[in-house]
Amino acid sequence: MFVLATAAVLLALLLAVIRAIRGPTVFDRVLAGNTVGTLAILLLASIGFLTGRPEFLDIGLTYGLLNLIGTFAVLKFFRHGDLAYDVDENKEGKAWK
Amino acid sequence: MALVYDMPRRKRFDNKTREQQMRSLVLAVALFLFWLALSGHYTPFLLTIGVLCVALTVFVASRMLIVDDEGQPMELLLAAPAYWAWLYVEIAKSAVTVTRIILDPRLPISPTFTRVRASQKTTAGLATYANSITLTPGTITTGVSGDILTVHAIIREGADDLEAGGMDRRVRQFEGDA
Amino acid sequence: MEVIADAISWILIALGSFFLVSGAIGLIRMPDVYTRMHAASVIDTLGAMLLILGFVFQAGFSLLALKLLFVIALLFFFGPVASHAMAQAALHAEIEPLLAEDRRGRKVPGDDEPEPGGQPEGVPST
Repeated sequence: MFVLATAAVLLALLLAVIRAIRGPTVFDRVLAGNTVGTLAILLLASIGFLTGRPEFLDIGLTYGLLNLIGTFAVLKFFRHGDLAYDVDENKEGKAWK
Repeated sequence: MALVYDMPRRKRFDNKTREQQMRSLVLAVALFLFWLALSGHYTPFLLTIGVLCVALTVFVASRMLIVDDEGQPMELLLAAPAYWAWLYVEIAKSAVTVTRIILDPRLPISPTFTRVRASQKTTAGLATYANSITLTPGTITTGVSGDILTVHAIIREGADDLEAGGMDRRVRQFEGDA
Repeated sequence: MEVIADAISWILIALGSFFLVSGAIGLIRMPDVYTRMHAASVIDTLGAMLLILGFVFQAGFSLLALKLLFVIALLFFFGPVASHAMAQAALHAEIEPLLAEDRRGRKVPGDDEPEPGGQPEGVPST
């Protein structure tokens, strides 16, 4: 049963990585990266059950939190061209292209 | 809430009302339970560290002025489980719809942009509505200005449903229960 | 009792795996970034949550089950935030969505007057 779950997660991971490679825009890649993060949590959980070492889940939780921060950092950079962007400073932002 | 920038400094930091104390207490209890759940080791040393971490977090959070009805909506706590159950059924329904579209060889999508009005009274209610729309597969909130939400839906029917306002009423009821 | 819990978790894990894979197929098949986000949210919501609920039934009443529920809560609260940020950033970068119908100019009940030009704030003018 856990083998099935692991196989499904790996297949989904493969497809997400293909999307990340094909792009075409940076937002497709960020989206694929975010999905890879979600799938990594699931992979860690199912491998933990598969090998009888459920402590892997703690790593998964940490990975999920870091994944969110990473996604925001990339999005913020591509939206404002700056990680320390201040809303009051510039209403329009500098659309980075 | 959002207008703290204009408040005088003294009022922001010193005038702790009873309500703020209550919110801080609820936050502290919730954080400590979270610590207990994640730690799994209950030695006096680790428990002391936990108490210190919780105290520091609550202190920093109240200095950041996020322990208010927007950042820590404790009133919604009791009504939340019923709302989440309802939302989960909605998520399951629309996820099945989206999965059907994905697996259909013709890929019958009709992406639609629309705008809907959110009738919630509090910012926490508005955030709940916007996030519920995004959480439901097939619709994404792309922008909020005032009480108007811009929504991208993968099929026309998704946009129609939101314009009919069923979810809006449910969130308002959830907010009103509290 | 044990058998019933096993059967439920089997069903949940199988369903979750199915939704994971079909969401990932959608990620490949959909034509533009906004529609791909809808496919990804199938993975984030139904796929991941059913799979983890299946694991919860395997874990039984333990600290492990609680941690699995934290993972569900994490996806439940942070998933939409990330999706919303992505959609907004893509709109801001003026990536044009493929649209069958654009109702952004529509009058919402309660509007006193239609906005000039019919384009609400935050939407790139085309």
